[in-house]
Amino acid sequence: MYSKKVMQYFRKPKNFGQIKDADGIGQVGNIVCGDVMKLYLKIKNKTITKATFETFGCVSAIASSSILTTMIKGKTLEEASKITKEEVVQALDGLPALKIHCSVLAVDALKAAIEDYQKTTHKT
Amino acid sequence: MKKPKIYLDYAATTPVDPRVIKTMLPYFLAKIGNPASMHRMGRDNLRVLDKCRRTAAGFIGAQSATEIIFTGSATESNNLALKGTMWANRSRGNHLIVSQIEHDCVLESAKWLAQNGFEVTFVPVDQYGLVHPEEVEKAITSQTVLVSVMQANNEIGTINPVTKIAQICHQHGVYFHTDAAQTCGKIPVDVQKIGADLLTASSHKMYGPKGAALLYIKKGTKIEPWMHGGGQEEGMRSSTVNLPAIVGFTQAMTIAQKTMTTESVKLTKLRDKLVEHILKAIPTASLNGHPTQRLLNIVSFRFAYIEGESLVYLLDEDGIMASTGSACSSPKLTPSHVLIACGLKKEEIHGSLRISLGRWTKEKDIDYLIQKLPLAVQKLNKLSPFLN
Repeated sequence: MYSKKVMQYFRKPKNFGQIKDADGIGQVGNIVCGDVMKLYLKIKNKTITKATFETFGCVSAIASSSILTTMIKGKTLEEASKITKEEVVQALDGLPALKIHCSVLAVDALKAAIEDYQKTTHKT
Repeated sequence: MKKPKIYLDYAATTPVDPRVIKTMLPYFLAKIGNPASMHRMGRDNLRVLDKCRRTAAGFIGAQSATEIIFTGSATESNNLALKGTMWANRSRGNHLIVSQIEHDCVLESAKWLAQNGFEVTFVPVDQYGLVHPEEVEKAITSQTVLVSVMQANNEIGTINPVTKIAQICHQHGVYFHTDAAQTCGKIPVDVQKIGADLLTASSHKMYGPKGAALLYIKKGTKIEPWMHGGGQEEGMRSSTVNLPAIVGFTQAMTIAQKTMTTESVKLTKLRDKLVEHILKAIPTASLNGHPTQRLLNIVSFRFAYIEGESLVYLLDEDGIMASTGSACSSPKLTPSHVLIACGLKKEEIHGSLRISLGRWTKEKDIDYLIQKLPLAVQKLNKLSPFLN
């Protein structure tokens, strides 16, 4: 059973789609397993100014990636990279035990997007 | 506006026909005697039970009422058929053959037997989910005791050539069991025409209550009971007889007997309309199962690039109840074994959707689905990283 919050974010996902001139893109998961998340970041002064997602997956995968984009907006890269799967789960008012891996995937997608940004544009 | 509630998951379970409920009610209140009791309330109900058994025998074409054992579920019937027959005939052989697309209760019973000294062959199917009689024949050895192949598959609706398979079994002196849970009440099921030695039918898939099913055991079939106790059902299934459920199941058979032909014409038409429209409206859609040898009420689609659980929930938002074989929807997080056996890739199976029609499905329900399903698929396509 999904929480109301999960269903809310699934029904009307916030921030879906691409950012054409994204500064960082992270893709994780695997279509064979059934979940693929792609996260797009717009970054200015080491702060995330915009985040969007595209997800192939179940209800909780879509909700996890969507809520994560709302959680990281306005955060510095350092702050964003500290977000844990527990925080994502909490923000969604919980996930069924079998679906926790969806929140892990969302956090991994964020890490991948930040790495992509650091690697390609702003080597530190 | 009130959200519609359109039930299109009849293959999972059906509503109980109000006529069935009406027949059952007295057996919860006035007529509560245990058929095993000697007093008149018991004797009266024993007569009712016998009558139910005769009706059930007639419904599936059994020669005698004594060939019908009432059980609590199709799962129980299938467990008894497999474990009971293999155990009783272990001096004759230890080999069991089942198809790869059987229901979990057959597969798990077979695996349990395999862990307990029996040999099991899981016969493959073709891309349509069809079990080929030659494949069964190839698998038969001198040790084979029983072959179990379902009459129609619950996920994709493919109807198997069970008569041909039964003939082959009998040529080799092997028993044949078929799980007819999805077919009974929808298409004519006749144990003699099929040539079945054992056959499973279920009440709650044909507008009867849950908690009743039957196992047909052809006279002379050697089988050992699995449930020991008071010796009910000719000693084959100890447990207090669930008479209200059996009375309901029997009434469901009587109704099916009368309505099957008209219902099948109606549902076939609706099914074909649905398939035609969806395949035309959604470019990423394909049909699972056999294009023609299929059950009249089950349609299984798959949609590329999207995931089935999300699709089921989106349809639910529109008031449509359907199901999926996607891994994400299963408690084991494994994709449908049926679709895997058909040779589909996991990524294809994730986007599967089963629609199953029934007695109360109206044309406007199908029209509504034809309108909503493409929108739901489109919405998920927009979210998908694969299509943009």
